[in-house]
Amino acid sequence: MLGLYIERKSPIHALAPGAKMLALMLAAVGLIQVTDPRLLGIVQAAALGLFALARLPPREVAAQLRPVLLLGLFFFAVHALLVGWESGLVTVLRFTILVSLAVLITLTTRVSDMVEALEGGLRPLRRVGVNPAKVGLMISLAIRFVPLLIDLVREIQAAQRSRGLERSVTAVAVPLIVKTLRMASVLTDAIEARGYDPD
Amino acid sequence: MLTTRDMVHIALFAAIMAALGLMPPIPVGFIPVPITAQSMGVMLAGSILGARRGGLAILLFLALVAVGLPLLSGGRGGLGVFFGPTAGFLLSWPVGAFVVGWLTERFRARLTFARLLIACAAGGIFVVYAIGIVGVSLIAGLPLFQAAVGSLAFIPGDLVKAVVAAFVAHTVNRSYPVIRG
Repeated sequence: MLGLYIERKSPIHALAPGAKMLALMLAAVGLIQVTDPRLLGIVQAAALGLFALARLPPREVAAQLRPVLLLGLFFFAVHALLVGWESGLVTVLRFTILVSLAVLITLTTRVSDMVEALEGGLRPLRRVGVNPAKVGLMISLAIRFVPLLIDLVREIQAAQRSRGLERSVTAVAVPLIVKTLRMASVLTDAIEARGYDPD
Repeated sequence: MLTTRDMVHIALFAAIMAALGLMPPIPVGFIPVPITAQSMGVMLAGSILGARRGGLAILLFLALVAVGLPLLSGGRGGLGVFFGPTAGFLLSWPVGAFVVGWLTERFRARLTFARLLIACAAGGIFVVYAIGIVGVSLIAGLPLFQAAVGSLAFIPGDLVKAVVAAFVAHTVNRSYPVIRG
């Protein structure tokens, strides 16, 4: 399953996923305190500089950042009209910085490492009844079944095309869901027949 | 307590959400907003799997997006989507699916199309917009009223989705019911 990760040798790629997540959380908390747009501008420039430090291809980075930059422009305009342009600049820079850092983490961290970090992060929740082993099984099952269900959608669309129904959402969604639920039943029996017991 | 069956249902529905994201957006003639099947998946998760499993299926889908898989419609994904001004809408999805499922379970004895439509609209539209609008207001620093007015443009498309989702859920629940007594 292909993620958004881009393989490179860089100090940012080498950081532990947990450390990157912690840094992102600290940045989120820290940015709330900053109200000077000039300071935020410097931080945004530094955040963009980290993409260069991570040696990521500018084209890929631009493709990831374009949606938030467009949204940022839109919200800056609305904010400037309704509230004031200076506070608009501060608010918009706060979220564009955070999105930049979050995108940086996604592009420099393998999906498998992120899953591992997620499971590690859930471990303290064991006391309130969250079983990391079960979460892990559900994640791997879902990742395994995404390409299969995409194929299933294409298959159903091809079948419905012969009836002129490929543009009908219901004509695709109903067989997709019923087939998947049948698959779930078989899969459950198969897992239980192998004596799976996460508890 | 999640049984093996529950876990498989949750995982496969999260994968259905991803598959729905690859369906091309369907333009609706009279309004400018296309139907993307994914936000319809939120309503379907609740109305087919029920509150707990439906909510967890959408939560699992968001976890897959967060770990770096480009599964949102248009091939978007990664951690970044959870920090933009519309993050509230994404985070509202599991709650919305839970509410759709909770209502569907209440209506279980007589699951008519009309009742499913009420469930889908209440959870998939009302709850999603309530949380999403508060999110836009907080993150983009806009007054709540203006954030709400801006979001209203998308309501007609979502009403169409609720009708389609209720129809699909009605058909599936008659032929292959998952929510049982």
